Amino acid sequence: MGLSLKNMQKKVDGEEHLIDINLDFESGSRNVILGRTLSGKTSLLRLMAGLDKPTKGQLMLDGKDITGMSVRKRSVAMVYQQFINYPSFTVYDNIASPLKVSKMDKKEIERRVQEAAQMLHLESMLNRLPSELSGGQQQRTAIARAIVRDADLLLLDEPLVNLDYKLREELQIELQEIFKKRKSIVVYTTTEPAEALMLGGNIVVMDQGKVIQTGSTPEVYHHPATTKVAEVFSDPPINYISCHVKGDQVLLGGGVNFPLNYHLKSLTDDHYKLGVRSNHFYLKKRGENDVRLAVKVELAEINGSETFIHADFSGERIVIQEVGIYSKKIGSEIEVYVNPSRFFVYSDTGKLVIAPS
Amino acid sequence: MNKWEDNRAWFLVIPVFIIVAFSAILPLMTVVNYSVQDIFGPGDRMFVGVEWFKEVLGDSRLHEALLKQFLFSGLVLLIEIPLGIGIALLMPKKGWGSSLSLVLMALPLLIPWNVIGTIWIVFTRPDIGLLGSFINGMGIPFDHTASPIQAWITLILMEVWHWTPLVVLLAYAGLRAIPEAYFQAAKIDGASAWAVFKYIQLPKMRGVLTIAILLRFMDSFLIYAEPFVLTGGGPGNSTTFLSIYLVKIAVGQFDLGPAAAFSLIYFLIVLLLSWLFYQVLQNAGKGGA
Repeated sequence: MGLSLKNMQKKVDGEEHLIDINLDFESGSRNVILGRTLSGKTSLLRLMAGLDKPTKGQLMLDGKDITGMSVRKRSVAMVYQQFINYPSFTVYDNIASPLKVSKMDKKEIERRVQEAAQMLHLESMLNRLPSELSGGQQQRTAIARAIVRDADLLLLDEPLVNLDYKLREELQIELQEIFKKRKSIVVYTTTEPAEALMLGGNIVVMDQGKVIQTGSTPEVYHHPATTKVAEVFSDPPINYISCHVKGDQVLLGGGVNFPLNYHLKSLTDDHYKLGVRSNHFYLKKRGENDVRLAVKVELAEINGSETFIHADFSGERIVIQEVGIYSKKIGSEIEVYVNPSRFFVYSDTGKLVIAPS
Repeated sequence: MNKWEDNRAWFLVIPVFIIVAFSAILPLMTVVNYSVQDIFGPGDRMFVGVEWFKEVLGDSRLHEALLKQFLFSGLVLLIEIPLGIGIALLMPKKGWGSSLSLVLMALPLLIPWNVIGTIWIVFTRPDIGLLGSFINGMGIPFDHTASPIQAWITLILMEVWHWTPLVVLLAYAGLRAIPEAYFQAAKIDGASAWAVFKYIQLPKMRGVLTIAILLRFMDSFLIYAEPFVLTGGGPGNSTTFLSIYLVKIAVGQFDLGPAAAFSLIYFLIVLLLSWLFYQVLQNAGKGGA
């Protein structure tokens, strides 16, 4: 039982926003939709909420077709990127507003609002107006308003994107706890791989209006089925190095070669693309089997405790993410190490051949 | 920074001081000067203290004009603000319809004020005017030069036609600035159209509506050109508003002293009322945009 999307399609002015979407969400499940900007995440949420009608396809709830049902009759709650609250209502009234519309008993409203406010640490702010709150508190109010009605479907459209880093981490942790206690289907969209991993549950990876992979979040992270999924699900985007397997040797550009080992042993002679996540490159040799790459630095950026080095390895652009602060001159030649056990191997057509075990 | 650079800033500021002094402060001081003197001719004047203020404040025709002014501004605000919001709500949100309606709305605002008066003289003429002859044709005698009530109706119609578009444009801008997500959220909550208006659109428009109300109040309270052209203050004194009466005293009767005192009182009334409006609107429906 749950929510199913069957062959859903959305066209706006002849432009395809969503193409043939087939998805199943179970009751009580936590789901992340991961995709870049304009990949169709918000369009999909709007269809699920009933704010838009699909051009084709059906939306089924517990086996019943609800495609044409109006939003008002559905049991949906939604949180947006922007902090959406009624400007002239206090925090209490804002949280209570969906309950008041459904003409609930006053005492029950009071109990539920207090409960939601407690979960989101808003107890001391119930009498304030949204304009008297910080951004984080405004979004907490909006989230409280969404969870207070115990809707069948709880949709969150990049809810933390407009908050600063600290607040985002704080709310990510709290939201996990809150979602665990819900019976609703939770669908959460994000552009950030780290956020998706943190929320866990199931994942739907989207690109250009299409679902490109689904599965449990860690499973998809460790086995991105195509190069596209790997790009979307890595930050910075995964790096690719072309290679050629010949006999028991892997030949890379720049005359680098290394023997087939670890999970790579089963590879047959062919051209492949090796995918490496940026955090698996190191500036120092760490193991016996590490492969040494000579690269030319194009840019080095420092982000607090990490250094991102953009470099060129025989014509291919790679990004090295190393913990600690390193200053590298632009144009200088440096050595980078990577262990072959970290390689994702993709065929020339972009399909996953082998993932690291 | 050395002393020279500090002083150089004055060269940039002084032109503004001079312009403001000549355009605002000096004329205002002249008015203050006039209001406390009796002027018989060039170089022949006498200090009279608050004599003129006493006379003006006791003038029953001024009381009458002030009362009419309040009635006029009140009616204008009561009609134009809700009507303007209503039209803004009905206007298309995007596409060519939106551009077209914006241009149509802006048209009356582009016409010089005295021309507006002339247009309405012709428009409402009982013999050849489109509106005037139409109403007379329906069997209702209409002539705003004869009936005070009809003069008022015509004036208010003209004022509404002329200035509601300003309210519409401001309200429309306010409405367009509300993120779409608010309406979606309200839809999901199951809120009615009235609730959306009352709890989202109206509070979010508070800023622009404050400006609209202030502008419309001040402009209508100071109205001169249109009634001067259309009715000349008549029939009788029925449409003699404050500024028309003021001009009659100053230019018609050349009573500069009382006219100056009158101007100052007029100025203070507008200032005080604008401040009151502003305070009330600032505190009404707090928490808006």
